[in-house]
Amino acid sequence: MIRTTTNRRQLLGGAAAAAGLAALPRGARAASGGTLKVIPHASLTILDPVATTGYIVRNHGYLVYDTLFAQDANLEVQPQMASGVEISPDGLTYRIGLRDGLSWHDGSPVTAEDCALSLIRWGQVDGMGQRLFSYVESCTHDGTDTIVLKLSRPYGLVLQSIGKLSTNVPFMMPKRFAEYPTSQRIGADEVIGSGPFTFNAAEFRPGARVVYERNPNYVPRSEPASNAAGGKVAHLDSVEWINFPDPNTQLNALMTGEVDYWEQVPADLAPIVAGTRGVKVQNFNPLGNMGMARFNSLQGASANPGVRRAITRALNQTDLLLAAVGSPEFGEPCFSVFPCGTTYANAAGSDFIAEPDLEDAKKILAESGYDGERFVVLATTDIPVQTNYIQVVVDTMQRLGINVEAQAMDWATVLQRRASKNAIDDGGWNMFVTWWEGADLLNPVVQFALAANGDGAWVGWADDPQIEAMRTEFAEAQGVDAQKAIAERIQARFFEQNYHALLGQFFVPTGFRDNVSGILEAPPFFWNIQKT
Amino acid sequence: MALLILQRLLSTIPVLLVVAVTVFLMLRISGDPAAVLAGDTATNAQIDAVRATFGLDRPIWEQFLTWVGKVLQGDLGESLFTGQPVSLLIAQRVEPTAMLALTTILFSVAVAVPMGVIAAWRADTWVDRAVMVFAVLGFSVPVFVLGYALILGFSINLRWLPVQGYVSLLEDPIGFLRHIILPTLTLSFIYVALIARITRASVMETLGEDYIRTARAKGQIERRVLFRHALRNAAVPILTVIGLGVALLIGGVVVTESVFNIPGLGRLVVDAILRRDYPIIQGLILFFAAIYVGLNLMIDIAYTVLDPRIRY
Repeated sequence: MIRTTTNRRQLLGGAAAAAGLAALPRGARAASGGTLKVIPHASLTILDPVATTGYIVRNHGYLVYDTLFAQDANLEVQPQMASGVEISPDGLTYRIGLRDGLSWHDGSPVTAEDCALSLIRWGQVDGMGQRLFSYVESCTHDGTDTIVLKLSRPYGLVLQSIGKLSTNVPFMMPKRFAEYPTSQRIGADEVIGSGPFTFNAAEFRPGARVVYERNPNYVPRSEPASNAAGGKVAHLDSVEWINFPDPNTQLNALMTGEVDYWEQVPADLAPIVAGTRGVKVQNFNPLGNMGMARFNSLQGASANPGVRRAITRALNQTDLLLAAVGSPEFGEPCFSVFPCGTTYANAAGSDFIAEPDLEDAKKILAESGYDGERFVVLATTDIPVQTNYIQVVVDTMQRLGINVEAQAMDWATVLQRRASKNAIDDGGWNMFVTWWEGADLLNPVVQFALAANGDGAWVGWADDPQIEAMRTEFAEAQGVDAQKAIAERIQARFFEQNYHALLGQFFVPTGFRDNVSGILEAPPFFWNIQKT
Repeated sequence: MALLILQRLLSTIPVLLVVAVTVFLMLRISGDPAAVLAGDTATNAQIDAVRATFGLDRPIWEQFLTWVGKVLQGDLGESLFTGQPVSLLIAQRVEPTAMLALTTILFSVAVAVPMGVIAAWRADTWVDRAVMVFAVLGFSVPVFVLGYALILGFSINLRWLPVQGYVSLLEDPIGFLRHIILPTLTLSFIYVALIARITRASVMETLGEDYIRTARAKGQIERRVLFRHALRNAAVPILTVIGLGVALLIGGVVVTESVFNIPGLGRLVVDAILRRDYPIIQGLILFFAAIYVGLNLMIDIAYTVLDPRIRY
């Protein structure tokens, strides 16, 4: 398959040039860089990146806020706001220093207390944060520039947690907002970060327009920009997100140059965009997205592991991807619970899905004791990729001999319905289809879809003490080799139980005008970008 | 007249109350936004926490009374998602929709009334048939098809006008005109057809009246007969259509707003419905209901001006 991924060497070349600019004095960097007009993938309504896991809020967070640590393009954790970290010999105390010259958008200095409180707030909400804080004895500060994290027992993923790439990202906020209870959200007049762009509250039109302006006081790191790490040099004067409800209008606006950057070009329009003079199409997210059909492990036929295995055995990722994204260029079968091409991706236990077999699936179904019980699929109608996936999933299950009832509804209703643990005849459900960004699935701890602690797990409520014990083992393991071995065991166990079926890895390209350069790998970052 | 206005204003209270109760109950039947607010990866405990935070777990009657109590104080509540006052969100979006409705109605009336009068005057000639063909076309062509065709012609090929967006009249009058032309043409198509047909039918009816014959017998020129005698007496049904058209435009421009990416009220209400942002939906429906009632009142008053025989 031809994947339109960014050439990492080219990117780093561009980033190196950006790093050169980063070394310039502040006044020199303040030269006009114009406005980048962007079509984001969704409307921004919630502004507090701790309050929700929406990707659009994460992307907003990266513009306005900064992080103590961040992952580079090789998915290695690097210091960002942190000047460095000292770890005690027993591995129980982390002393994280802050870089000099950091300030909030209101002009006040960033302090270690602000950051410690920000970590505590994030740790109450995020799955990886909650796990980290189950090891944390105290999260305090020593003076104004050192955060002190004391653990009750060794934990192998401290920096990976604090440097988490995707949602919920541990963004740093001033103390007065970091002290908000997690039920209280940050409002439009309270978006104060220390990131490379400031949020223009006066221009905020939820659902229509969001404006960010360059933070003149931001001090970037001297290293080249690389993914979320390195020097966040804001070349642009401002970044304007403009929401378009209609993909055809999005296409037309990019073609005429009324916008510069279309974050997610639908696969069916990508050839038209690619054939337009002055416009480029490229995938900046090599991790892609992983499609999933999530089972309800509590209710009805989907509570039966044999039924789940039969369905999983029958699904053909090649067919699914062709339906979902329309072109083999933008989809690739992946038979690992971790995104293919990443550190923990492996083949353990995946033989039975690598070569789907409907006849064998029928035998498994017969052995499972399935008696023709109604199987309710929450069928999303307003998100094309999901809708297309569901057509193939439902057709496959029908050919398998399952009594499928696909209930059509919009995504908001799916979110509502899937929270129900009721019996199938009482509004319950057996399956829904969704996807996760690869960045959220990189390892067994960050991947919330792998959680198997019943009520505390993702909807579907997988309850599997073996998997949970191995996730804990992974978190406490030292060294990548040991972690890889555990990840393989987790995957093997997962494929015995199949709490969800994998529907393949797909990629959504970005469209941009050819006068835009310096785009980094996803999630979309707007520093380093130049518009000429 | 003052008594009429007072009576009609008082009669809006039960109308708005019925609208409020209906909308409130229908929204609650469709489920709550807690799961959307909590995000894709939220656990049930997190969803329940969100529900409690926004009071969505309280009895419906209690939620209703709280909302009505606020509305009576002029407070439409706050968006569950952005936390901003609903009145502010409506105020931010009302100008593009109002201006689009205004330009559409002005253009439609300016084009359609003369078309309808001429069609009636030249009934059963090629002029009349051409107007009727246009009217059928206007009713038949979907708004989005016409919108895309105009964009293709004037924005993509000729590059004369922008594809999308809205610029405030106060900020940049030229920019406003450039951005409003295509949406106005798109939206006017059906209204021109509608008003032209009604005008034709109404004027044809009056042209057969005795006083028209009398006017002609007195030697009045034909233009004066048409526009002073016939059109004025045919104005009541035309005005009704125009008034209803304005009311429909305020709440019904969502397709045009989407095609041309105009950040108006239509998109605000659709986005709110998709997210289940109750306060915005409730506030907007009440706003639309008030607009309808207000416009109907204005039309009724205008009747008495146009036709002195009408008394309330």
